Amino acid sequence: MFAYIMRRLAVAIPTLLLLIVFSFVLMHMAPGGPFTQERALPPQVIANLNAKYGLDQPLWRQIASYLWGIVANFDFGPSFVYPDRTVNQLIAAGFPVTLTYGTLSFIAAVVVGVGLGVVAAIWHNGFLDYLAVGISIGAQVLPNFVMAPILVLVFTLWYRMLPGGGWSFEDPSYWIMPVIALGTSYMASIARITRSSMLEVLGSNHIRTARAKGMPEHRVILRHALKPALLPVISYLGPVFVSMITGSVVIDVYFSTGGIGKAFVDSALNRDYAVMMGVTILVGALTILFNLVVDILYAWIDPKIRY
Amino acid sequence: MMKLFTTTALLAALAMPALAVQPAEGEKLAQNQTYTYWLLDAIKSLDPAKNTDVEGSDVLRSLFEGLMNEDAKGAMIPGVAESFEESDDKLTYTFRLRDAKWSNGDPVTAGDFVYAWRRVVDPETASEYAWFMELMNIVNATEIVKGEKSPEELGVKAIDDKTLEVTLTTPTPYFIKTLSHATTYPVPQKVIEAEGDSWTQPGKLVGNGAFVLESHNLGVDITLKKNPDYWDAENVLMETVKGVTVNDNNVALTRYQAGELDRVQIPAGQYPRLKQEYPDQATSIPYACSYAYIYNVSEKGPEALKDVRVRKALSLAINRDIIVDNVLQGGQRPATTWTHWAIEGFEQPETELATLSQQEKTAKAKELLAEAGYGPDNPLNLTLQYNTDESHKKLAIAVQQFWKPLGVNVTLNNVEWKVHTDRLQNQDFDVARYAWCGDYNEASTFLDWFRTDGYNSGKWSNAEYDKLMADSKTAEDTTPLYKRAEEILAEEVPAAFVYHYAKVDMISPRIKGLPTENVLNTWYAKDLYRLAD
Repeated sequence: MFAYIMRRLAVAIPTLLLLIVFSFVLMHMAPGGPFTQERALPPQVIANLNAKYGLDQPLWRQIASYLWGIVANFDFGPSFVYPDRTVNQLIAAGFPVTLTYGTLSFIAAVVVGVGLGVVAAIWHNGFLDYLAVGISIGAQVLPNFVMAPILVLVFTLWYRMLPGGGWSFEDPSYWIMPVIALGTSYMASIARITRSSMLEVLGSNHIRTARAKGMPEHRVILRHALKPALLPVISYLGPVFVSMITGSVVIDVYFSTGGIGKAFVDSALNRDYAVMMGVTILVGALTILFNLVVDILYAWIDPKIRY
Repeated sequence: MMKLFTTTALLAALAMPALAVQPAEGEKLAQNQTYTYWLLDAIKSLDPAKNTDVEGSDVLRSLFEGLMNEDAKGAMIPGVAESFEESDDKLTYTFRLRDAKWSNGDPVTAGDFVYAWRRVVDPETASEYAWFMELMNIVNATEIVKGEKSPEELGVKAIDDKTLEVTLTTPTPYFIKTLSHATTYPVPQKVIEAEGDSWTQPGKLVGNGAFVLESHNLGVDITLKKNPDYWDAENVLMETVKGVTVNDNNVALTRYQAGELDRVQIPAGQYPRLKQEYPDQATSIPYACSYAYIYNVSEKGPEALKDVRVRKALSLAINRDIIVDNVLQGGQRPATTWTHWAIEGFEQPETELATLSQQEKTAKAKELLAEAGYGPDNPLNLTLQYNTDESHKKLAIAVQQFWKPLGVNVTLNNVEWKVHTDRLQNQDFDVARYAWCGDYNEASTFLDWFRTDGYNSGKWSNAEYDKLMADSKTAEDTTPLYKRAEEILAEEVPAAFVYHYAKVDMISPRIKGLPTENVLNTWYAKDLYRLAD
């Protein structure tokens, strides 16, 4: 197992390196640059800016010095568009926000989704099944960019219960709407996957055997059915968790959370090369990490899997 | 335009104390003097030398103070400068500074301005607004930006702590009007040298404005508190100013209605409804920006657009009334000139665009295009490029329809902002959507755009126009020159001017002191106050 983890981590480094080089080159191929603006800057001003940010160097040298900055000092460079801040500062300000609402949203989606799925499977074709399926279909078809403004309308304008946006680590009332808006459609998917996988497991031989032995139903479900039924859910959750904690541009835009999701999209549109690279590396590293975590969880849940 | 009064009259005017906006009799002030306003996006920088945005300037105007301020109508009033003198050759200005303090207690000196202005042009700073010092025509600004001279050679000098002398390369009628711009604000040398790029963060930032920075969460909110050390603090009523970022305009409007914001932009198309529902809150005021379709007349552009008849026909065929009344619906005005109609001292010439009815214009357009050899039988194919945006798209579709009956087939080309800008600057387009906003309240801020050496993305060039604009820099009376320049634009049609902007906002009736007659929409938080509920 240990050797396996080490092997996976060793592969991760060239993967990340490739990711960096590819993104770097693609980004520089896009027309325009960080200082292209409506009011064309005089050539000498552009030259000064390029010199300051090293953009006058050949591309390979830019990549090399960028990588060296990361390896040597964990320095992702200065932002081109937010001159008062470094990329490290921008990520340090935005990532904790996204991590907070993303994690909470993830937990809520998993708890509610798995719960709904299990209930639906146990009472298959019963009222509860229809109710659970109804809820999850409703949640799935309501995209978050529709749901977010509706939430603001209802909870901020009509009931005046929650702040319409912004962020505070001290005041959880700011967290509620982002968590709901982000988690709902994931919750629906989790519920559907859990339900169908649970139905399959409940129809399998080992469950029939357990029931034949006279085991109480709750033990059949919790001990023998749930664990194997969660396998497909877990493989779904790995990438979902990463995408939830690295941000949703929709949530950031509608609730003005200051999260990393909008920063990422903005950096691409603004050609803020340094911020874009920083966030790409963050997302890439987290993706690799959580894929590994999922594989380890697999082995833990399913004794048949050995690495 | 600056010749409204003589130097002596100006001095007298400046010797009077700056009158802050005061509540009228019978107005009851709110206990909680807070103003919360909407920001579309994050404020990119709070460094006066590095700021490039309107939103950033709005905050900087409270955190810092330049030599001059603007009053509610946009006229220049004293800021840090108590008075100034203009030399007879109009090349030297001497400013007398008042006793003002930085928020750390240090006195504001002439040296602070010298340091700040040198810093803007210093290639080391790489300021995106270094060109502003060139626009001001300060001696050696251009050479320093190019790296040919050292920043110490900039034409700005501290005679003593309270006297600042600025020398210009050429008489510049609008010079005084540039002095309320954020790029010209003084900055605290000690703090910048100690803190580096992070000097603008809360707790570190030292300013000389009426407010100090309390907190700044990038992309979330920014809060300013009244500065008790400001020289005119006794006349400042507002205690807290908060800018709240809401990236979605419709959500921002909902939050305004929930009472979370005191001012928000009205989303496109919603003004008529809101004006009816909230007549005391929905406002539309002229705003110095012009919207146009630029023709590419450079070598890289299409042959047809080199023919003035084609350019004119396309312009005449655009039904501006429909665009303004049915598409935009926010109190914008049809544009018959490049200069915004509300710019101070600007007289619109009588042109065909202004005098003919749309029917006559369309008939004339067909005629002109037929003369040039195009019509339904021999259609003209053009690409209209615009940057991704719902309202640009609506307008482009409308224009496509206006041009269709003439026998012009328009392909709409929607590109991302940076691509659009890049192509504009490289003349890689046929017809492109463009907008320009004035930097100061005088027609040259618009008209300089079409100079041969101006931004002029379509590369139109006209010797008489260039001469007019050059002459206007030293002319006693610029109005006829600008009027003639607009006439040339109307004859030569380097672009089809579409509409003049209006700022269309919901403003809480409790907030008083926001300017309604300043076309640059320059507002100062120190002039605001809040009425009781």
